[in-house]
Amino acid sequence: MTTATVNPPEPARAERLGRTAVSIRNVSKTYGDGHSALLALDDISLDVGAGEFVCTVGASGCGKTTLLNLIAGIYHVQKGTIDVGGRRVSLMFQESALFPWLTVERNVELALQLRKVPKAERRAKVAELLRLVRLDGFAENRPHELSGGMQQRVAIARALAQEAEVMLMDEPFGALDAMTRDVMHDELERIWTSTGLSVLFVTHNVREAVRLGDRVVVLTSRPGRVAEEIAIDLPRPRRIDDRGVSELAGMITDRLKAEVRRHADDTGEDQRG
Amino acid sequence: MASTVDTLDRELAGLDALDLRRTSKASWAVRAWSATWPKLAAVALALLFWQTLIWIEWKPLYAFPPPAQVFATLGDLVATSEFWLGVATTMRRALLGFAVALVLGTVVGLAVSQMPLLRRAIGSMIAALQTMPSIVWFPLAILLFQLSETAIFFVVVLGAAPSIANGLISGVDHIPPLWLRAGKVLGARRSSAWRHVVIPAAVPTYIAGMKQGWAFAWRSLMAGELLVIIAKTTSIGVRLHFARELSDADLVMAMMIVVLVIGLLVDLAFAKVELGVRRRRGLIEPTG
Repeated sequence: MTTATVNPPEPARAERLGRTAVSIRNVSKTYGDGHSALLALDDISLDVGAGEFVCTVGASGCGKTTLLNLIAGIYHVQKGTIDVGGRRVSLMFQESALFPWLTVERNVELALQLRKVPKAERRAKVAELLRLVRLDGFAENRPHELSGGMQQRVAIARALAQEAEVMLMDEPFGALDAMTRDVMHDELERIWTSTGLSVLFVTHNVREAVRLGDRVVVLTSRPGRVAEEIAIDLPRPRRIDDRGVSELAGMITDRLKAEVRRHADDTGEDQRG
Repeated sequence: MASTVDTLDRELAGLDALDLRRTSKASWAVRAWSATWPKLAAVALALLFWQTLIWIEWKPLYAFPPPAQVFATLGDLVATSEFWLGVATTMRRALLGFAVALVLGTVVGLAVSQMPLLRRAIGSMIAALQTMPSIVWFPLAILLFQLSETAIFFVVVLGAAPSIANGLISGVDHIPPLWLRAGKVLGARRSSAWRHVVIPAAVPTYIAGMKQGWAFAWRSLMAGELLVIIAKTTSIGVRLHFARELSDADLVMAMMIVVLVIGLLVDLAFAKVELGVRRRRGLIEPTG
């Protein structure tokens, strides 16, 4: 075991961490109104530091996806404030959401084009990004010709093309097989350390959260609230089967299960009432 | 450190290689033959059926001539410049009418798909227009524009535009919301969203609408050319009309074959475009 670290610019990172990239203050979100109103998020406050990798875990109905859509500006914030300090925000989904009518290269280029990057600069930038996600040999391919993991790497390249400083990821590896997912974790960790992105990564896979995050935020369900925040001080690069990762994951899983049990009682009462 | 990155690199490359679909392409000749022979067989069967009707003397020969005679007439016909002049007139009308219908249908379709109020107002009207037989429009068209090319255009455009608009509307309705959200995240707004996300995403159904629009345009045009005879202008419909007046069954059937062949060629062109779209988007299950 070598002690080499993958974070060479450690002081710079520490300095960045001092600042806040995303600040969520007392945000609530309700779907519908009147009797059928559903409170999805209840008074959530959460910070993501600049350059920090934050993972949130929660059972179904914790409003993780809602939270990301609010930060990305797809939904309007009804109550509370979300401040990204003017940073460019990108959102990645469980599915790659690449456009099937465009080649891999054009998919990435579209992000640049929509930012009005001059045509002459786009080519070189796209090539550079595809090299970063190691797909430079697949520029001319169509998305459907690639595997799920490769498609998600194109989606990462596309998100980076937006020059986003904040990357929101909504279970991006949820649909991948375990082997590919492991490699994607390594890959994402590498890209994150080399770009200095701030990441808010949503998953229901606790091990994944501990494997990747500087910090894991546990959310309650229906409504979603912050139940607990756990700093992950394990050294990087990590592996999903590290002992430290599994011990912490076990602890957090217990916490989540307790939360799920609480809802078994709720349902019972609803049916009786 | 370097070795870690190298290992990761090789792992990724290995996974990529394992995941990639291997496609073997059959030769061009094999594919062409496998696409062509069923069509040829179908034509042969149809000709055999026709010839059988002649053999059993279903109708007198002057009303229902045998295939050989009709094809001989057709052979003579295509050697005349007058025939090609007529085909050119008809095709010019068809393409021009279709082009106008395409623009009109696209503008209306986009507007209706993006504005809920407009959809409530005229959405079902477009569907109703589509079901209206185009020949019903001719009396009005002739009153409005007399026996002129404009009358024909009017009906051709009205015949084709609703299908094109409907195709686009239903294409937009069926866009997966994920793509729209992805477009939004990438910063596509209004016109750029239409151009880069909405219209391309709707293309498969839009093309189906165009194909149907063409069929309506072509039918309307044939009806129009048979009804609206303009002096000193020759066209497919005019030839067909006069052939019937002169009880020239050979010519009637020869002209009908011409109409059918043009329809077939246009359909082939549409099919090629559709196949290309489906292949590029991965909507075709690889065979073999």
